Amino acid sequence: MLMRSLNEVEIRSQPPFSGQSANPQKIFTVPFVLAIFAVMALGVISLFTGVYDIWGQADGRDMFFITRVPRTIALMLTGAAMAMTGLIMHLVTQNKMVEPTTIGTTEWAGLGLLAVYLLVPGPSLVLRMTGAIVFSFVGTMIFFLFLRRVRLRSSLIVPIMGLMLGAVISALSTFVTLYFNMSQVIENWFIGSFAPVQIGRYEYLWIIVIVTVILFLYANRLTIAGLGEEVATTLGVNYNRLIVLANALIAVCVGIVAAVIGNIPFLGLIVPNIISMVRGDDLRSNLPWVCLTGMGTITLCDIIARVVIMPFEVPVSLILGTVGAVVFILILLRQRRSRRLR
Amino acid sequence: MITLRSVRKSYGDEVRIGPLNIEIPKAGITSLIGPNGAGKSTTLLMIGRLLNMDEGQIRVANMDVARSRSNDIAKILTILRQENHFITRLTVRQLVGFGRFPYSRGRLTKEDEAIISKYIGFFELTDLEHRFLDELSGGQRQRAYVAMVLCQETEYVLLDEPLNNLDIARSVQMMEHLRRAANELGRTILMVLHDINFAARYSDRICAMKNGQIAAFGTVEDIMKPDLLSDIFETKIEIIKGPYGKIAVY
Repeated sequence: MLMRSLNEVEIRSQPPFSGQSANPQKIFTVPFVLAIFAVMALGVISLFTGVYDIWGQADGRDMFFITRVPRTIALMLTGAAMAMTGLIMHLVTQNKMVEPTTIGTTEWAGLGLLAVYLLVPGPSLVLRMTGAIVFSFVGTMIFFLFLRRVRLRSSLIVPIMGLMLGAVISALSTFVTLYFNMSQVIENWFIGSFAPVQIGRYEYLWIIVIVTVILFLYANRLTIAGLGEEVATTLGVNYNRLIVLANALIAVCVGIVAAVIGNIPFLGLIVPNIISMVRGDDLRSNLPWVCLTGMGTITLCDIIARVVIMPFEVPVSLILGTVGAVVFILILLRQRRSRRLR
Repeated sequence: MITLRSVRKSYGDEVRIGPLNIEIPKAGITSLIGPNGAGKSTTLLMIGRLLNMDEGQIRVANMDVARSRSNDIAKILTILRQENHFITRLTVRQLVGFGRFPYSRGRLTKEDEAIISKYIGFFELTDLEHRFLDELSGGQRQRAYVAMVLCQETEYVLLDEPLNNLDIARSVQMMEHLRRAANELGRTILMVLHDINFAARYSDRICAMKNGQIAAFGTVEDIMKPDLLSDIFETKIEIIKGPYGKIAVY
């Protein structure tokens, strides 16, 4: 009797249930289908945005397939990849501020690219990609090992540490660049842009589809990793192996994107945080949403990037950086408010 | 049965635990009590294979916890530590559902769903099952976590200070639930408790630790003695008779 009344008091004292994710198992809900259409619409807009007159010119059709289609596909794949990377990082580090650009993974990828340019003159795309992937893996692993050792669980210290580490790596890259006179490489890389994407230069991005499939298979395990090492071990999950796998997936995504497109900031921060606020942290049911929102966000930003100073365009990283910084601050403020309430 | 044979663990030069030798019988609730730094939580973590021991052997239901596959252990024992500081945005039902992971690897069957509903009901969380964990009070969240580990349906359940951060009413409620889990579901529960009186009221056996050693192990009657407890806690402790049994006064 006592127990029951206690429970009722607790229930009543809570804010009314907001109604989200009542059935998280179902994926093809009405909002999801609408979202698919919205992203497809953005894709179509992206296909027909540009200076070249694909209707009027004689080779318009060829141009359409040589540049517009690859660019739109590249946008979609990159958007999904960076959003997923952010999501994995949030779960594995248990920190919502962590993403490739806030913990230095991106800087490591850049250093990897440089290393390849140094060792092999005029390296192929595969070599550059490999370099970026290997360095991303090493860098992220160093950061994760550091986190596990130091157990900085304060949510703000972690990205600050990461940004510092990233700054050190970035400084190293700058030094190497200046010393060996390779400033063009790092500039091209640092400004992530989809402008040079065309047939023959983006196809490796399709590897991201494989990463997505693997991620889907390991989704439940990664969600459990988000509950912490001890809970994961209790449930029979091999935590260390999972961390290495997660890291490999992160490195592949960041490395490929770094080699093919360049630096894409903040997408891994914005998208998973928005999805988490609305739908919670269950990776398996969120994954399609995260991919879709990532695709939509980057495509929208790229369309803006192409339109603002027509007939020229600004790099998409500029738009993403601006939007991302604002969202980053909003999340910070929101976190502080909810902590005060608790 | 949980068996510890010459188990040792040391951190640096100061903290040494063991050698521990004890046999904790199946069924019922056993509480680990003792002053801070006695090695209670460390012992519990070693039994739950979350911490490696330096020497010795621990067997739970005849399975060597240091050598067996983690997923096999996950079907016979579960362990829950004090409340995590990081709060994932999962719903109560999703969280409890992960208790089925050792069996279903994440693909929940109809049977799993029924078991999940049973434990959500058992802990009176049915009205909250679609609520996110970060929308719950500390007591509700703690109940959801305990529901998850019980949903694992393991014979042995290890809990590290399950009453941490709970007020008196929530503590009583939690202990009632655990008592029912032991009586009605036949679970063997081993937990670290700070409050001697909670341990005395709800346990079948008490294991008292001091300075990394097992100081005493026996029924509540055996342990609730003024000399013994005064010695263990290095504080003057009297035992008086209360309406529900013996009470330690200090």
